[in-house]
This record gives sequence, C-alpha cells and structure tokens, in this order.
Amino acid sequence: MRCQKCKGQASIEMRRHHAAFCNEHFIEFLDHQVERAIEHERMFTRDDRVLVVVSGGKDSLALWDVLLRLGYHATGLHINLGIGEYSQESQRKASAYASRQGAELLIVDIPQEYGMNVEEFARATGRVSCSACGLSKRYLFNRVALDEGFSVVATGHNLDDEAAVLLGNLMHWQTESLARQAPVLPSTHPHLVRKVKPFYRIAERETAAYAIIRGIDYIVEECPNSVGARSLLIKEALNLLEQAAPGTKQSLYWGFLERGRSVFVNMDDASIHACIHCGQPTTAEVCAFCRMTERAAERMRIRRLSPLAAAGAVPAAQEGAVVPGS
Amino acid sequence: MKVLIRHQKREVEVAGRRRVRDVLAELGVNPETVLVIRGSQLLTHDVQVAEEDTIELRPVVSGGGA
Repeated sequence: MRCQKCKGQASIEMRRHHAAFCNEHFIEFLDHQVERAIEHERMFTRDDRVLVVVSGGKDSLALWDVLLRLGYHATGLHINLGIGEYSQESQRKASAYASRQGAELLIVDIPQEYGMNVEEFARATGRVSCSACGLSKRYLFNRVALDEGFSVVATGHNLDDEAAVLLGNLMHWQTESLARQAPVLPSTHPHLVRKVKPFYRIAERETAAYAIIRGIDYIVEECPNSVGARSLLIKEALNLLEQAAPGTKQSLYWGFLERGRSVFVNMDDASIHACIHCGQPTTAEVCAFCRMTERAAERMRIRRLSPLAAAGAVPAAQEGAVVPGS
Repeated sequence: MKVLIRHQKREVEVAGRRRVRDVLAELGVNPETVLVIRGSQLLTHDVQVAEEDTIELRPVVSGGGA
C-alpha cells in the first residue's frame, strides 16, 4: 500500500478516509486534524496556558506531544490514582516524557493527599471503580487549573471514546448527559474551567499509531479495574460495526454534533454553584467529590476504631471487613 | 512467524509467509482493535510477513473511564 501523498510505503491505512499515509505524512495529517479541531471549535489559542491531563497512556501523551510540537503552551497534569503498580508505572511514563521534552508536569497524588486511593473511594460509596476514578479526575484537574491559573483543560478523549460514550448515553436516553457531550465544555461558572477534547476527530487507532511513530513510551497495559467495563463492551461492538462499515464511529459522533445535540441542549437545566465545603462547582449543596471523600474518611475512621482493628485482627483497610456500625 | 499478542501477554507461531490481514483473520483479531508492528515499523494489512519475521499486535483500545 502506498502513501497517497508521496507514493512511498504506507505505514497506516485509514479506511474511513479512504487514505493511507507514510509516517511523515500521517503526522502531517494528524497535525492538520488537531489544528482544525482547535480552530473550528475555538478551543484555545497560542496565547492560552493549557493544562493537559496526562495519564501516561497513548492518548494523553500523544496529545501533549502534538500540542508542544505545534507551539502551544501546554503543561501536563498527572493524577496518581493509587492503583498499585499500574499507577506507579503510569506516573513513571508521564514523568519520563516530561523530562525528555523539558516540559513542566504537575502531579497530584491521591493516596498522599487523601490517605486512600480511588478504589477505597469507590468501596466507601458503592460506586464502580471507573466512576470514582472519573469523578476524582474531573474534580482534581478543575481544581488544579483554577489554583494554578490555567484558562483551559485539555484531555486526550478521542473519536472512539466519544462515540462509545454517546452510544452508552443513547441506549439509556440519558438526556442531560447527551446535552453535555461536546468537544468543548464552556466555563458556565467562575469556578468551572473550560474543558476541551482536541482529539475528537482522531480515532483511537490513529492516536496509538501517532505514539508509536513518534517513539513515545506509553503504558500499554490497561488499568486492572477496567476489566469488564461497560465502555469496553460498547467499543467492541462499535469496532465490529466499523470493520463492516468504515466510518461508522465518525458518522455516529460527528452526526450527533451536527444534527443531534441541539435537540438535547435545553434538557440540561441544572444550575451550578460553589460547593459549601470546597468551593468547587456543583449542582448540589456539597459536591459529589466532597461527599465521596467524606464518606470514605468516615468509613476508614470507623474501621480504625473497631475492636477487631484495634486488636490487630483485621487490617484497617481490608476489603470486606465486618465493621460494627458500617 | 512469531506473533507477540501484547494484550494477551502471549506469543504464537503462524506458519508460512502471510499477509498481515490473513494473520489477523487466522487469529480472530478485529483489525480495528490493533496495530501491527515489525521492528519499529507499522505495517498495513497488505504487507507480506516472512516466515522468519516477528511481529507484534499492539492493542489500541483503552477504556474504563467514566
């Protein structure tokens, strides 16, 4: 297969675009797609300080790399979730990339800051791990952006991520979520930082190809808590459709943005105000993150006070421990 | 050829000289879900892989995020 620009050996075929490119022209293609997304959606300019949420995976490191190469002021933020070796390795990948590029990386360590990890947040509140994790990340990147004076937060969500979220929301007609799904989430409150997704036009396969071509050392292993996650099941279904009909994911998501989203926009009428505890934006009196961490802290306090824990019979944070009063 | 299936942490042998797309079909892998790498080079699905080559199937699907 030949590169459609230089006729050299192609390294990636994109059936949805009826195109194939060599390494050099694929990078050129991807740069163009990202620039187009940033400019068309008015995400940010080269005068803005952009906070890029960097997990250590392919999407976020690729995004940071593209933005730095294109001359944007992009600072990384890594959130250590405390998920054992997986989180340690993720942080090493993010830090190693930052060191090689001479780029600034901010780090928030959840176990250090809160005395427990996201899995313990999840157990305390009956959430699935991915939900506690997502809530923590959204809360923390908004807080860091506010505290450090960033005007915008960028995440590595790609076309596949967005198509999967959309299909998941459609299957359950989650109209408020449908109203909020967009490449740009504007700041609708002084404490809510603008959030953007510059990779919404780029397929997951393409962000991975970019990372490999650019020699970016990312964490390939998946989070151990994502096994069996609903989002992966939806992606599997979408990939079956994509294989049979290239362009399905693009058609689904871009079509929603062009023709579907406007139907739902007015269904998100929740008013946002400051959490009475932390000041972060919320639709409730106390934000979901404060409620989660307070409940988790209370659960841990009860465990420490339990007679079994005091006798050393049960480690304080052991899963499934029977705790009086819990 | 030797095929490293990264996400399943296993290695399999596929006999003969084959095109990438035929290797994926034989292993039951959806081409949308992986990239195929030989050395440090990405391979398109029409590329012939020699009997003595080693290729890696690198998963591209990540998720679980909420």
